[in-house]
Amino acid sequence: MTAKVVTITSGKGGVGKTTAVANIAVALASRGQKVVCIDGDIGLRNLDVVMGLENRIVYDLVDVVEGRCRLRQAMIHDKRLPELYLIPAAQTRDKSAVSPSDMVRLCDELRPDCDWIVIDSPAGIERGFRNAIAPADKVLVMTNPEVSAVRDADRVVGLLDAEEKGPASLIINRINPAMVKRGDMLSVEDVLDLLAIELIGIVPEDENVLVASNRGTPLALDGKSRAGLAFQNIARRLLGETVPFLDFEAPNLLQRLFTGRK
Amino acid sequence: MSATSALIQIKGLRDGLLVTLGDAPWAELQDLLIRHIDEQPAFFQGARLVLDVGTHALRVAELSSLRDLLSERGLALWAVLSESPLTEQTAQNLGLATRLSKPRPAEPPPAELPPENMALWVRQTIRSGMRIEFPGPVVVFGDVNPGGEVIAGGSVIVWGRLRGVVHAGAAGDEQAVVCALELAPTQLRIAGEIAVSPQKKSDSGPEVACLKEGRLVAEPWQ
Ligand SMILES: Nc1ncnc2c1ncn2[C@@H]1O[C@H](COP(=O)(O)OP(=O)(O)OP(=O)(O)O)[C@@H](O)[C@H]1O
Ligand SMILES: [Mg+2]
Repeated sequence: MTAKVVTITSGKGGVGKTTAVANIAVALASRGQKVVCIDGDIGLRNLDVVMGLENRIVYDLVDVVEGRCRLRQAMIHDKRLPELYLIPAAQTRDKSAVSPSDMVRLCDELRPDCDWIVIDSPAGIERGFRNAIAPADKVLVMTNPEVSAVRDADRVVGLLDAEEKGPASLIINRINPAMVKRGDMLSVEDVLDLLAIELIGIVPEDENVLVASNRGTPLALDGKSRAGLAFQNIARRLLGETVPFLDFEAPNLLQRLFTGRK
Repeated sequence: MSATSALIQIKGLRDGLLVTLGDAPWAELQDLLIRHIDEQPAFFQGARLVLDVGTHALRVAELSSLRDLLSERGLALWAVLSESPLTEQTAQNLGLATRLSKPRPAEPPPAELPPENMALWVRQTIRSGMRIEFPGPVVVFGDVNPGGEVIAGGSVIVWGRLRGVVHAGAAGDEQAVVCALELAPTQLRIAGEIAVSPQKKSDSGPEVACLKEGRLVAEPWQ
């Protein structure tokens, strides 16, 4: 095994990165993959809460980096799936406790015995972001269909190119088909038109997401909801399957995806 | 506040430290600087650094690895000053400042104008947060996205969609023009004139903007 490291990042905060990491990790693990998630949001950890593993934290990422425990000891096994693990962030430290090279070293140690490492990046373009992207083989940029979020995503896409971490792939979260139809929300097309990167997922606005996060049971565990299905599809695309996009997108989207932009 | 060695000079600024690097192989300078910092961590702790790298031509890997080394030591790399266009471009791509204070638009760019036919060729989309500055004409083969900026001493040609900010003739050249396959800038300036683009349809075709009797006008580009 040699794991692929996938980092989910955004620019703007609150667009749904943590939700996506939890769900994509669950979806990959439910397909028989061995998955380790890392919460890179030091000081504001919450991947553990969304995954329902908060009460099992003993050691965290900073403990590993500073040598207070072995890597294995900080990996919390999510018992709902055979091979899903979480390395939580430290809550009481700040981002400077970890460096980009620490992250690279840690992932290199994990790589030989898992299939996927999925990293939750904090919002913004500072230290925490650079920590999260340093070990990445693939970066997924997440945005909401909203002008300011797309603007920040564009900035991040540019920085990723500059850091030679591109080309990034795009997840558009919280699409509301009715609002798009009324012309009150940017469409998938509008967002792609500006960012001009590969689309890997479209997740609809879905109130089940909030309910699931509060309960600590990621939606993709059962996959009946629309958002859960969308996250399952992202996992399948990461695994190399060709999966058609769900049907709440602009009619000529597929054509556009196949023909490219220029 | 100042410390000096033959290859590294450090000077206190109002809001940070100015580090001027001398003439030696880059790897050597980097080592020297890091050793210097590790010897006096208290002096450097938490400082914002402005790095003057002179004529060193630096690529992303070099600049970003130095930035990471600095950030591991609690120092923020804030700006990179350089005489090398490659280094300036790299610094801009990494989101670092390339001068100490924001230039005032009325001020002509410091460099001499290059010959009319020397243009900067930019083969990438200018995304939000990127800024291209050049004393002569600029050709962008890609889009200029909202939040991106092109400041040129001469004309600006965008072989793509222009939705960000472009200032042509930034040193006062009123003959400068701006052309784009789709001209829908957030703001357009030629010499001293400013136009804020009204909401417009995106299917008006390629256009060229220029100054006519002191006013900014856009016409079909043909
Ligand atoms: N598709 C969706 N439908 C409805 N609500 C959603 C959806 N995706 C995310 N949310 C909600 O948005 C909020 C923010 O989500 P989340 O914490 O995952 O964002 P984040 O990008 O990780 O935020 P931060 O930048 O603060 O780390 C949460 O309350 C979450 O339940
Ligand atoms: Mg988060």
